[in-house]
Amino acid sequence: MNFDDTPEEAAFRAKVRAWIDANAPTELLPELKTARIGTSGVTSVDPMAAGKAWQQKKQQAGYAALNWPKEYGGGGFSPIERVIWSQEEGPYAALGAPFTIGFGMCGPTVMAWATEDQKRELLPPLVRGEQIWCQLFSEPAGGSDLAGLRTRAEKAADGSGDWIVNGQKIWTSGAQHSDWGLLISRTDPNVPKHKGLTMFFLSMKTPGVEIRPIKQANGDHGFNEVYFTDVRIPDAQRLGAVGQGWEVSLTTLMNERMSIGSSMSTGFPELFALVESLEIDGRPALDDSRVRSRLASFAVRSSGLKYTGMRAITALSKGGIPGPENSIGKLVAGSAMQEAAMFALELEGEAGVLTGPDVQAGGRFQEVLMRSPATRIEGGSDEILRNIIAERVLGLPQDIRVDKNVPFKDIPTRGRG
Amino acid sequence: MNLDFSDDQKLLRDQLRRFLADNCPPSKVRTILEGPEAYDRELYRGLAELGVLGAAIPEAYGGVGLGRLELCVLAEELGRVLAPVPVASSIYLAAEFILTAGSEAQKSAWLPKLASGEAVGTFAFAEKPGRVTPGAIQARVEGGQLRGVKVPVADAEAAHVAVVAARAQAGEAARGVGLFLVDLSGPGVSRETLSSIDPSRKQGRITFDGAVAEPLGAPSQGWSTIEHVLDQAAVLIAFEQVGGADRALEMGRDYALDRMAFGRPIGSFQAIKHMLADMYVSATLARSNAYYGAWALSTDSAELPVAAATARVSATQAFQHCAKNNIQVHGGMGFTWAFDCHLYYRRSNALALALGSQSEWEDHLIERLRRQNAPAAA
Repeated sequence: MNFDDTPEEAAFRAKVRAWIDANAPTELLPELKTARIGTSGVTSVDPMAAGKAWQQKKQQAGYAALNWPKEYGGGGFSPIERVIWSQEEGPYAALGAPFTIGFGMCGPTVMAWATEDQKRELLPPLVRGEQIWCQLFSEPAGGSDLAGLRTRAEKAADGSGDWIVNGQKIWTSGAQHSDWGLLISRTDPNVPKHKGLTMFFLSMKTPGVEIRPIKQANGDHGFNEVYFTDVRIPDAQRLGAVGQGWEVSLTTLMNERMSIGSSMSTGFPELFALVESLEIDGRPALDDSRVRSRLASFAVRSSGLKYTGMRAITALSKGGIPGPENSIGKLVAGSAMQEAAMFALELEGEAGVLTGPDVQAGGRFQEVLMRSPATRIEGGSDEILRNIIAERVLGLPQDIRVDKNVPFKDIPTRGRG
Repeated sequence: MNLDFSDDQKLLRDQLRRFLADNCPPSKVRTILEGPEAYDRELYRGLAELGVLGAAIPEAYGGVGLGRLELCVLAEELGRVLAPVPVASSIYLAAEFILTAGSEAQKSAWLPKLASGEAVGTFAFAEKPGRVTPGAIQARVEGGQLRGVKVPVADAEAAHVAVVAARAQAGEAARGVGLFLVDLSGPGVSRETLSSIDPSRKQGRITFDGAVAEPLGAPSQGWSTIEHVLDQAAVLIAFEQVGGADRALEMGRDYALDRMAFGRPIGSFQAIKHMLADMYVSATLARSNAYYGAWALSTDSAELPVAAATARVSATQAFQHCAKNNIQVHGGMGFTWAFDCHLYYRRSNALALALGSQSEWEDHLIERLRRQNAPAAA
């Protein structure tokens, strides 16, 4: 066992490190180090412009989408080279926040299901950061039960073959900045729910698309509602067959869970630093055995995730495929960061109630407290992730689904009468 | 990056798993649990013949001179089957103490016998309830004679030789405590086996009344040697716990697939699925942390104190979590003597106390992280 690079890996690491030193926007580094979930932390310049500029530079060197094929704008590198890049990119990766959904979710789906011409047209601008993608999946009536979605796509009456879309999506990250959207819709309500779905992509500038920001529980506006009123989509923008949308969506969802889980931190180093700075009754808080006990429980979750990641990297380094143990990432990190935030506030005593840049740790833990409930829901709720572990890793049977063989239009929609 | 066992080590694991499937079924664990035998001698002899007891003992002292990663592999497999043998006492502790601190004569006298299984060793540390601190040690050596009572001592009855922590001549030993080697067949030693929550690994009391005790290592090094060897053993015990947690999770999963209630396998109910998923999460975190410990152990890393405490805290949590919820998944059947669930529950709670309780290791972990984070003294 060792944590060393192979000679080839070390050479690649030296190469990308030199390239980053020569090309990265070092002037933004102090701001980038304060980045919060889903934002770059950059305020001195337009973060979108800074992100696009970094993306373009990376693309020219092949570092924008390392493991994508070169013909679609990628770098054609191996999975382990991608890991080394992300270790070296460090805080600069936060500049890529607007492109995460495109790279992690929409791009892989387009790559798997679009025509060759479409891939050559759509993917390179995504890689260069010129075009931003969003994912139009969740609905007010269908989140964890995604296949229960109600947005309808019907063939246009004019015989053009186009589709006319009506309905509403919700929780769409970055819709307001997006050029393209990946849309799943219902094309047949007369068959069981999973069978009547179809996937499309569309320009977010299409007439009839209306984006409304959602004011979140923490006061931010990261997510949107997207309304569709008689939105016309050409049949050529369909991904997969009519009725195959569920299968297509699984490409996206698997990528979503992998891309979110693989880069999550529990915030333990920040928590430890906070506790080191606090006192209880005139003595260092770290001397208190109750504090130590709680802190230790966070320490082992944090290191457990870290070394689980290293086991996956080991598998990649040997040319293998990581095992199922990586499915625990977001489930562990989501709860850990929420509990760590509550613990941090508790240690601050009554002052823990205060927020803003002038309070302990710059108000980081108060922000995490208010943002972390979303982390435990987005991209697969804790409960969905437990189902996935139970079913796919442990081999337990699926829950019995009372709506499984019922035509979608006959599924009850109200709980109490 | 290579945080995994080598192909040879994986072959060893497969070999051990087959050997233990044949030679250590649950019925063997029950024989020791329910009977007067100190341990399963036949199984111990078999392990010695495979050469694994001497995996980390140099060839010059009768071992096979592989390394401590092989001991990690052995520990995980012993933990999976709850092997009722004194490997932890004799190999992770006594042999390591003698290797670390022993004189040439002490090594030559004891290590070949420990490697061959001809002799069993143990470590006599605790004397009364509560954390073992230097001040809590009252056993004393004067004029080469040891007096005091050690309780509990794992494998007290099985052992031929004990490494004993005792107070030494004033002014000689760091924090007043030194290490001594005592041949338990000599005069002035009396032993009894005590009842415990896990009689598949016996606990006992050793009373020393003028037993001949030779110093093991320099008295000034006594306490730091204890801390170092306990850290090494903590990684190995963590692997036993990881093996036990995995097996308890498998038992729960298998039962959930077979047991029907309300016309369906109970494993289709989310209450059960989510409980098992959470057990998988604990077991996975513990395994990854144990690998970190294995790396530190096998490379003599300066990170061993942090890595050992990390591995230990995580593994204790996982084995207790999996063993108690394995009973819960089994329902009433899990609380019968006939089902094996209680064997894992017993072992998980006994191992949680071996080498010091969870809160002690949590304490160690945070104190050591604090030291590791502190800027190096100029």
